[in-house]
Amino acid sequence: MRILDYMKDHFLFLDGGMGTLLQAAGLQPGELPERWNVSHPEEIIKIQQSYFDAGSNLVLSNTFGANGLKFNDEELEAVIFAAVRNAREAASRSSGAQEKFVALDIGPLGKLLKPYGDYEFEDAVAMYSKSVRLGVQAGVDVIFIETMNDSYDTKAALLAAKENSDLPVFVSNAYGSDGKLMTGASPAAMVAMLEGMHADAIGANCSLGPDQLTGVMEEYLRYASVPVLLKPNAGLPRSENGKTVFDVTPSAFAESVGKLLEQGIRIAGGCCGTTPDYIRAVVEKACSIQPVPTEAKEISLVSSYTNAVQFGEEPILIGERINPTGKKRFQQALRENDIDYILNEALKQQDAGVHVLDVNVGLPEIDEPAFLLHAVREIQAVSDLPLQLDTTDPVAMEAGLRAYNGKAMVNSVNGKEEVMNAVFPLVKKYGGLVVALTLDEDGIPETADARVAIAEKIIRRAAEFGIEKKDLIFDPLAMTISADTGAAMATMESVRRIHNELGANTSLGVSNVSFGLPNRNIITSTFFALCLQEGLSAAIMNPYAQEMMNVYHAFRALHNMDENCMGYIEYAQNLPTPATPSTTAAAPTPVASTSEAGHAPASELQTAIVRGLKEKTGILTHAMLAEKKPLEIIQSEVIPALNIVGADFEKKKVYLPQLLMAAEAAKSAFEEVKLAMAASSDEETANTTRCAFVLATVHGDIHDIGKNIVKLILENYGFAVSDLGKDVPAQKIVEETIRLHAPIVGLSALMTTTVPAMEETIKLLREQAPWTKVCVGGAVLTQEYSDAIGADKYCKDAMETVRYAEEVDQLQNK
Amino acid sequence: MDPRDVIAEALKEDTRTIPQYLEFEAPALNEREWLRYAGVPFYDQDSVRATPEMTALMNQARQLLAGQCAYRVSFLVAPITRDEEGYPILPFAQHSEKLRANLEGCDKVVLFAATIGTGIDRLIQRYERVKPQLALMLQGLGAERVESLCDAFNQAVSQAASLRSGEVSALEAPSMTHRRFSPGYGDLPISVQKEFLACLDAERRLGITLNDSFLMSPSKSVTAIIGICG
Repeated sequence: MRILDYMKDHFLFLDGGMGTLLQAAGLQPGELPERWNVSHPEEIIKIQQSYFDAGSNLVLSNTFGANGLKFNDEELEAVIFAAVRNAREAASRSSGAQEKFVALDIGPLGKLLKPYGDYEFEDAVAMYSKSVRLGVQAGVDVIFIETMNDSYDTKAALLAAKENSDLPVFVSNAYGSDGKLMTGASPAAMVAMLEGMHADAIGANCSLGPDQLTGVMEEYLRYASVPVLLKPNAGLPRSENGKTVFDVTPSAFAESVGKLLEQGIRIAGGCCGTTPDYIRAVVEKACSIQPVPTEAKEISLVSSYTNAVQFGEEPILIGERINPTGKKRFQQALRENDIDYILNEALKQQDAGVHVLDVNVGLPEIDEPAFLLHAVREIQAVSDLPLQLDTTDPVAMEAGLRAYNGKAMVNSVNGKEEVMNAVFPLVKKYGGLVVALTLDEDGIPETADARVAIAEKIIRRAAEFGIEKKDLIFDPLAMTISADTGAAMATMESVRRIHNELGANTSLGVSNVSFGLPNRNIITSTFFALCLQEGLSAAIMNPYAQEMMNVYHAFRALHNMDENCMGYIEYAQNLPTPATPSTTAAAPTPVASTSEAGHAPASELQTAIVRGLKEKTGILTHAMLAEKKPLEIIQSEVIPALNIVGADFEKKKVYLPQLLMAAEAAKSAFEEVKLAMAASSDEETANTTRCAFVLATVHGDIHDIGKNIVKLILENYGFAVSDLGKDVPAQKIVEETIRLHAPIVGLSALMTTTVPAMEETIKLLREQAPWTKVCVGGAVLTQEYSDAIGADKYCKDAMETVRYAEEVDQLQNK
Repeated sequence: MDPRDVIAEALKEDTRTIPQYLEFEAPALNEREWLRYAGVPFYDQDSVRATPEMTALMNQARQLLAGQCAYRVSFLVAPITRDEEGYPILPFAQHSEKLRANLEGCDKVVLFAATIGTGIDRLIQRYERVKPQLALMLQGLGAERVESLCDAFNQAVSQAASLRSGEVSALEAPSMTHRRFSPGYGDLPISVQKEFLACLDAERRLGITLNDSFLMSPSKSVTAIIGICG
C-alpha cells in the first residue's frame, strides 16, 4: 500500500529518538552517527526494529547528517544505501502487524544561508539534491525533511526533494519557545510556503515537549490543508544524580500527544529523549481516538520569511512604488544598479503601512531576470513584507520565485492561453498567489458579464494545472473614466460578482481610474472606498497619498475591523499638520560642539546637515533649488557642512553616530538635487565629481557595517563608490578594479581569521592592477598588520579614508 | 527553574554532563557599555553635549530591539584532567598555554555558548544600508546585550560554585570561579569553535552555526570557558 493512501484513514506513527539510544550502544561524542550504518549495522537495525515493534509505521533512516558537507561522494553513497538497507531489514525482522514504511531522513546542513550567513541558496539546493538522489536510488517510501530552523534552508531542501524525486515529502520544522523558527518564521508563514510548494505533510519536531508545541500545532491545524505531523522531544533534558533525564514520562507524553491527535494531528512520533516506550504509549493512547479528517482550507495566504498575510478578511494594501514606469529618478537608479534607492523605497512604503510590496524592475535596457533576482534577495534582506513579483517575462518570474524566501504574489496571469501556459507551471512548482487579469486574446471586455466569464475560465484552467481558486486573486481592471464614464461602474460590478458569485479574491490597480483628470487622488480614493464596499480584497496603490490611507483606516473602523477604533485613532492622531519649511524651521542654532568661532554652520541648511536632520535637510534643499543651481548647492552648502562635521569628528567633538546622521542628512540633499537634475535631464551627475573607489569586505567576512559607513561618507565627498558587498572573493575585487581602472581600493576585515584573505587580495591586485592604491581598515587591523600584508595605507576610520582618497584623487588629476 | 539551581546540580556530577539549556530574563542595560561599543566612548546623557538627535536615535534603537531578543545559554560541566605536561584535557582538543594558566588550580570547567538570537541581525541588516547610524547603535546594543547575558550566566555560575563549596554568602563567590576565556583569545585558536559548539549541541539548541572563517551566526553569540576551583 502506498503511504499517502494508508494515511487517508489512519494515524501514521513515526519513530522516536535515535541519538541517546546510539550513545547507550556505545557511540562516542564527536563520532558521526551516520557512519554506524556501515560499521555497526546490527546496532542500528536493533534500535529501528524496536520502534517497529512498538508500533511505528514510518521509521526514518539514520541519515540526519548524511550530506555532502560531512561526507565525500563515495562515503555518502555507502552511508545512505546502508542506512536504507538497515531500516528495511528492521521492518522485515519486526513482528509488528502494522503497515511499515521507510523514510529518507534529511536534517539541516548546519550552514546559515545568505543574507544572514554566507552559504548560497543554490549551493544548499545542490547539497540536498545529492542526498535525495541517493535516497531515491536506495528505495525509500518518503523523503522526511526535519529539524529545520530556517525558512530559506527549508525551501532549499524541499526544492531539492521535489526536483529529484516523485516521492511524497514530509517537512518538519523546529520551533523555539517563542513559537517561531530560529530565523523568525511563524507557523502560518511556513504553512503558506510549504503548501505552496506541495509538501505532502507538514509540522514540527524537536526543541520542545508536546505541551509547549501545542500553540504551534493549533496554528498548523488552522491553516493547513495537508496532514499535520508532530514529533516532539520528551520535554527538556537535565542532569539528575549524574544521569540525563527528560522531564516528560511516556504516559504523560502520550497523554499530551493524544490531545493533539483529537484536535486533528494525523502523524505522531517522538524526537530527542523519546524511546520505543514513548511510541508504544502513543500508539495505545491513539487506539481510542478517531482520526479527524484533514480538510482543505479556503484561506488565501502569502508569506515573507517571517510572517503570513491573509487575503479575504481585511483589505490588503500593496505598495506600487517599486516600479520605474513614468519615474525618471527610479529609471536612473535601475540603470546605475543603485539598489539602495529601491531598498529605501521598500522601507518607506513599509513605514507608510502597506502589507505587500509590488516589485517591478522592468526596463528595456536592463537584464530583467538577473535584476529581479537581485532585487528580491536585497529587499528580503531588509524588509519582512511579502513581495508581489511584477513582470511579464517568465524567465524573470522564475528567477524571482526561485530565490524568494516564502510564498510570493505573482503579477500576473490573464485569460490568454499562452500566458497561462507560461505562468501556471511556475506557480505550481514554487507556490504563489496569482493575480489574474480578466482579459484575454480579445482584449479587455467592456461588460462585467464578460469579465466574470474570463475569471471562470481562468479558475478552470488553473485547476487543470493543480492550482486552487484560493491561490488566484482577480484583477477586473480599473479603466479611466475620462475615456469612458461608465468604466468604473463595470469594474465595481465585476468586483462584486467575482466576490459573491465566484467566492474569489479581487485586487485592483485603483489609480488608473483617474488617469487624465486633475487632482486625481480625489477620484482614486473615492473609487477605492466604493470598491472596498463591493468586497475588494486588495489594492495596488500609492501609500504616500494621504487620501488613500484615510479611506483605508476609515473603512476598517466603519466595517468593525478595528477594535475600539485603535488603529484609526493612532493613524488620525499622527497625521502631519501641513506646514511650510520657512515657518517651521527654527533659527540656525549652532550645535554646542561646533560653536567655536569661524567654524559654525553658515546657513539653515548647513545647520540641518550638521545636526543630522534628514527631513528638514530635504525640505530646505528642495526650497533652495528654486533659487540656486543644483551643483552650487552642493558646493556652497552641503560640502562645507560635511567639512564641519568631519573636522569635529577628527577632533573627537562628535562621535560616529553623529557623523553618520549628518551624512544621511547630506544624502537627502543629494537626493533632492538628483531628482531636480533627472527632471531637467541634465547630463551632469550631482555628486560623483571624484575618482572611482572600489570597496569590499574580504572573503570569509560577513560583517560589513564598518564598510557601509565608509561608503556613505565617501559618497558624500563625491567619490564614485563601487560597493561589492561582503564576503567578496579576491578575483572579483580585482576584476572590478580593472573594469573601472580604479585608482584606489578599500578593503575591510573584522576578524583576524579573514586578514589572510585581505593579504591574498592585495597580492592579486599588485599582480593584475598594479596602478591601484590599497587602503585597509576594520576592527582587527593595526598599522603593523597593514604593513605586514602590504597595504598602501591603514585608515583607522571613515574620515581618514576620505582624506587618503582625496590625496589619491589629487595625484590622479595632476 | 532558577539557572543557579540547574548549574549547581550539574556541578555535583563527577563526569562530564550533557549540554543543558537555560533561558535568562533580560539583563539590566549597561548604557555606558552600549555607547562604548557604538563608537561613543565619552557620552553622558545629561551633559551639555547630549543632543536631542542622539537621544532620539538611542530611543529608537532600544524600541526596535524590544521583544526581539531571547537570552539563551547552552552549557556543560566537565571535570579537568591533565596530561603529563600539565595541560588540561577538555571536551575539545586544544594545547593553549594561556588557557592552561587560566585553569591553574581548577578541578572543573564550565563550557558555554550564549546568544541573543537572530532578531538583532535582522534589524542590523535592515538598517545598515538605509540608516547606518541606527545600525551602528543596534550593533553596539547587541554587543552589550550578549555581554550582559554572559555576565548574568557567569554570576549564576559563581553563585552555584560557592554553594558547592559550602559558602553561603555570594560575596565569596568570585574566588570560586576564574575569569572567562573565549576561543580566539591569546593562543587558543578560533578554529576550536567547531568542536566547542558541537559538544554544546549549539546548532540544535541555540541555532548557532559557523562559517568557514569560524564566525558565528547569530552574530551576537559568545562562547567561553569558566574554570572552577575545588
